[in-house]
Amino acid sequence: MELLAFGKTGWGDELFYATLMTIAVSVTAMFIGFFFALIFTPLKLSKFKSLNLIGNFYTTVIRGVPELLVIYLFFFGGSGAIMYVASIFGYFEYIEINAFITGSMAIGIISGAYSTEVFRGAIQSIDKGQFEAAKVLGINKFTQFYKIILPQMLRLAIPNLSNVWQITLKDTSLISVTGLVEIMRQSYIAAGSTRDPLFFYCFAAILYLMLTYISMKIINRLEIKYSRGY
Amino acid sequence: MDFDLMITSLPKLLGATVVTLKLLSASLFFGLMIGLLFAILRLNKNIIINKFAYGYSYLFRGTPLLVQIFIIYFGLGQIEYLRSTFLWVVLKEPYWCAIIAFTLNTGAYTSEILRSAFQTIKPGIIEAGKSLGIPNKIIFYKIQIPIAIRQSLPAYGNEIILMMKGTSLASTVTLMDLTGVAKYIISTTFKPIEVFIVAGGIYLFMTFIIHNFIKYLEKKYSFSQ
Repeated sequence: MELLAFGKTGWGDELFYATLMTIAVSVTAMFIGFFFALIFTPLKLSKFKSLNLIGNFYTTVIRGVPELLVIYLFFFGGSGAIMYVASIFGYFEYIEINAFITGSMAIGIISGAYSTEVFRGAIQSIDKGQFEAAKVLGINKFTQFYKIILPQMLRLAIPNLSNVWQITLKDTSLISVTGLVEIMRQSYIAAGSTRDPLFFYCFAAILYLMLTYISMKIINRLEIKYSRGY
Repeated sequence: MDFDLMITSLPKLLGATVVTLKLLSASLFFGLMIGLLFAILRLNKNIIINKFAYGYSYLFRGTPLLVQIFIIYFGLGQIEYLRSTFLWVVLKEPYWCAIIAFTLNTGAYTSEILRSAFQTIKPGIIEAGKSLGIPNKIIFYKIQIPIAIRQSLPAYGNEIILMMKGTSLASTVTLMDLTGVAKYIISTTFKPIEVFIVAGGIYLFMTFIIHNFIKYLEKKYSFSQ
């Protein structure tokens, strides 16, 4: 138990901050994922074949390639890509990107592919009459999406989005390979310096279980809230 | 774009694909057996057995695969007692540790898939079997299991693809699988995009094959209406 003490003697406070970091990365990645989903869902549902192709390419590639490989691409290729863009604007110094940003971008793009599929499924299961009624009333496409389709879609999407959240939360453990100090990395450091890997990795497992359990409870509440009236 | 690098790294990556496929097939094989066992335990009416099986699947589905591999590879070696038993022969090899972790992980997901498949079997089918005087054991093996396998094919196909992606984590315990070799080439040449295209292409190809194979099976075993 003294291994988990707060302060200089134990790893309690370090692991606590690492847990906060895991939550921060997951939430950021989830929002980046939503952003990507909002771009790619319309592409996947578009009438134009070429736009469809772009949307399908994104979801197929990301869902078919291991998360770790995507993270390595961002980790090793991220600063190179940024530096290339900067060189166009005439900036040639070395740019190092923060591990937090690379990590949440990588996980966010992965999470976005799953969210896109969820949104696509939810939109497709909305009654066709809703779209037609909006058209008849002369509502423009933008308002139609934000005021009519989105609210109905969210209710249908929440159960599946909760799965995406769980996947995203668990994927953040992979960013530990880039050196960002989240739960997994902190446990690795603690295990290395105390030579007690069994204890620390089991503790990490408990922390992840706790996070998934708490998020399940919160999502269940949201689900009840959004399905009011049905 | 460095096409030379792409061509020279292809044989190395294809060699590493064999390791990935070995890990995948071994863990799927053992995982399916464990999954079936725990699915049957989940359907047991005894509350202790039931809770035990639920706890297993909750534990392995609620934690990242990386933690599970690290506990098995780094953690178990710490127990002095284990080192003196024959289990140590298995546990000191990263290859077997990875397979154990993958097996337990995919077993947990598979047990959930199979359980829900068993539960969706219409009671009428089992009753029909009973009224024909077929013994319970044979109803289970000859009627329930085939139907459950058919029902769970789409979900199990997804699980195979997820597991294939999961095997990439073997590279974190020093195994040189496809991702491990890809990372090695990236970190020596610093050309991430080229290597990503080749390695990602191989993974996508495997996903494609699995996806179509499952589709074929689904068609083959679909219920004749």
